[in-house]
Amino acid sequence: MRVSLFITCFNDTLFPGVGIATVQLLERLGHTVEFPEAQTCCGQMHFNTGYQREALPLIRRFVQIFGDAEVVVAPSASCVGMVRDLYARAAEWFDDQQLAADVAALAPRVYELTEFLVYKLGLEDVGAYYPHRVTYHPTCHSLRVLHVGDAPVRLLRAVHGIDFVELPEALECCGFGGTFAIKNADTSMAMLSDKLRHVLDTRAEVCVAADSSCLMHIGGALHRQRAGVRTVHIAEILASTEERSAR
Amino acid sequence: MSTHSVPAVPEPKRRPRPLPVFQKGARQALGNSQLRRNLYKATHTIRNKRAAVVGEVPDWQELREAGRAIKERTLRHLDTYLLQLEASVQRAGGHVHWARDAEEANAIITQIVADHDAHEVIKVKSLTTDEIRLNDALAAHGIEAIETDLAELIIQLAGERSSHILVPAIHKNRSEIRELFLHELIEHDLVPGPRALLGTEVDELSDEPRALTAVARAYLRSKFLSAKVAISGANFAVAESGTVCVVESEGNGRMCVTLPPVLVSVMGLEKVIPTWQDLEVFLQLLPRSSTGERMNPYTSLWTGVSQGDGPQEFHLVLLDNGRTQVLADTVGRQALNCIRCSACLNICPVYERTGGHAYASVYPGPIGAILTPQLLGIENASTLPYASSLCGACYEVCPVKINIPEVLIYLRGRVVQEKQESLPGRLSPENMAMKLMARVFADQMQYEEAQQLARLGQLPFVHRGAITSLPGPLGGWTALRDLAPVPLQSFRGWWRARQAAQQKSEPPAQKEQL
Repeated sequence: MRVSLFITCFNDTLFPGVGIATVQLLERLGHTVEFPEAQTCCGQMHFNTGYQREALPLIRRFVQIFGDAEVVVAPSASCVGMVRDLYARAAEWFDDQQLAADVAALAPRVYELTEFLVYKLGLEDVGAYYPHRVTYHPTCHSLRVLHVGDAPVRLLRAVHGIDFVELPEALECCGFGGTFAIKNADTSMAMLSDKLRHVLDTRAEVCVAADSSCLMHIGGALHRQRAGVRTVHIAEILASTEERSAR
Repeated sequence: MSTHSVPAVPEPKRRPRPLPVFQKGARQALGNSQLRRNLYKATHTIRNKRAAVVGEVPDWQELREAGRAIKERTLRHLDTYLLQLEASVQRAGGHVHWARDAEEANAIITQIVADHDAHEVIKVKSLTTDEIRLNDALAAHGIEAIETDLAELIIQLAGERSSHILVPAIHKNRSEIRELFLHELIEHDLVPGPRALLGTEVDELSDEPRALTAVARAYLRSKFLSAKVAISGANFAVAESGTVCVVESEGNGRMCVTLPPVLVSVMGLEKVIPTWQDLEVFLQLLPRSSTGERMNPYTSLWTGVSQGDGPQEFHLVLLDNGRTQVLADTVGRQALNCIRCSACLNICPVYERTGGHAYASVYPGPIGAILTPQLLGIENASTLPYASSLCGACYEVCPVKINIPEVLIYLRGRVVQEKQESLPGRLSPENMAMKLMARVFADQMQYEEAQQLARLGQLPFVHRGAITSLPGPLGGWTALRDLAPVPLQSFRGWWRARQAAQQKSEPPAQKEQL
């Protein structure tokens, strides 16, 4: 399959390793990866913070750049959620029927990485090897916007050498919420403290998720606390093999 | 319209004033460890009960959809159904009053109470009367309102405000309630025969729920029997029959709507439903979503007045107070679907930690965050739409499928638009930064230059491989979290390097042009 990689501005700039892992994984599974270099940002931060007029050109831009793709895959549930769920709202609120039609045509072809692997390709064991104790935080947008269900957990459980441990109260938000972490820093910290406690309770050495943004939030606090737990994106674990092992 | 005259001394005109910012209230609540524990325990208990009883209904999703559809249809033809309701109530011997705002509603109710020479009224939990601050209006005319819902009574005795739609005293635990009853009721000798009733010495009052309810029961029964006027809210009102419905757990509401000779029910315009049959849907959705019960203990339904049985005079006050303004907004109007179950409060990770008082409104939690700014005007509650991480749990549990995250985002848009209308708003750091970033993201070249700039710009902040302190509003992040520095090579940098290397290793003839 020809996969157009939607890297997301966040991964592109801050977590390039996630993108590299996504490319390695998809190519290992026999797919051709394309990277439309004109892509920048899907507009989620602007849209969700209330700067919807400012987000609109970014939305139109995205739809134009990826309009012809066979499938679009991104290692980020919240950015895919933006495209699949909120692009239609944007078209509606700004009464742009052309955009509404373009979004309706594109959105069903846009996948988050784990749902692409499990539901589109029918895979669980992707031949990954990762000999570490790992717990998984299901991010809110992967659960409640994309409804990826247990796809990420099925992929993780099939990883060779992994010691997978369930996260208590996993369904609770980590408190990131984009600009929420800045605008409501105190409440965000209270939510994060509980999430950290649950992560530490698992005695895992790695906390994994499908969104780099939530991981940056959780990981930033684990680092500050010298907790001895690192955060790793699920793409990096799935890309890891016995020959080329990720830490 | 009411035939009653408005009292000579009208309430001072109450224009909505800006609410305190959410962050301030939240900060205060977050620091209260007892409150945090009370909230955690209560929200998790109700949340789990709800999940269990919702899980046993095989057609729950269809029920939700039915609830949403009925509400949407009703709101679309609200004028028709309200007029039908008015006619039905009048036909059944009731009086109907239309109140444009809180002031009008309070004047109407005060007049009814004054007409009966009553100086004391009993009330059963009605959020709507909290919204219009009816108790204050009555007090200004020398009328004492006594709350009969146990939790409302607790709040009233403590001189506090409700912090939850369904469990107004959720922020209090039972030993705090014991103290309150001891000091406010028993020591003031307001409970008839406490010793006989409780079978214990007053100072031995335990904090067992049974002992506490016994005190409240003894106090309230004396009021139920003496009050001439009762004031209730309404969960639903059926247009075709004129039937009003109140759903509750304690039976105190039943006492209120049956014992006193005069009953006044106050309801928001949006509570009307077209037919009796529609109740079937909501009476399944509501108890399971709110208290986590298959069925609530008391469902009271009454249609006008019945001679020789129950109240002999019935008034229904239909309140607008901003609701038609909400209805005019095609995106925001779904907030009027709300049946006040409070499932969204109980599931909300923000509410669970800050409690209801931080929202500074009778409607706290996620539903409050979308309803309050619309009722009061966005400029008066501009921090509420941001009091959410957009985790989406509220939408998932809402029994009438209000897409709360979507409305939150939409209202944030209105906050920003309003801000951008003023010069200081346009010059605010947030607006400037957002505008700049939008321009940068709209152009590949500028975006790539910005990536470069970020790598340089961060240098003063990077210490031993991490950013541990940032200035201004970004300091909220680094208060608890380190930040990994922007790496030297972006993903696109890696991609280009790889493409270049691949092209070098492949002769041009092998490329795809073949």
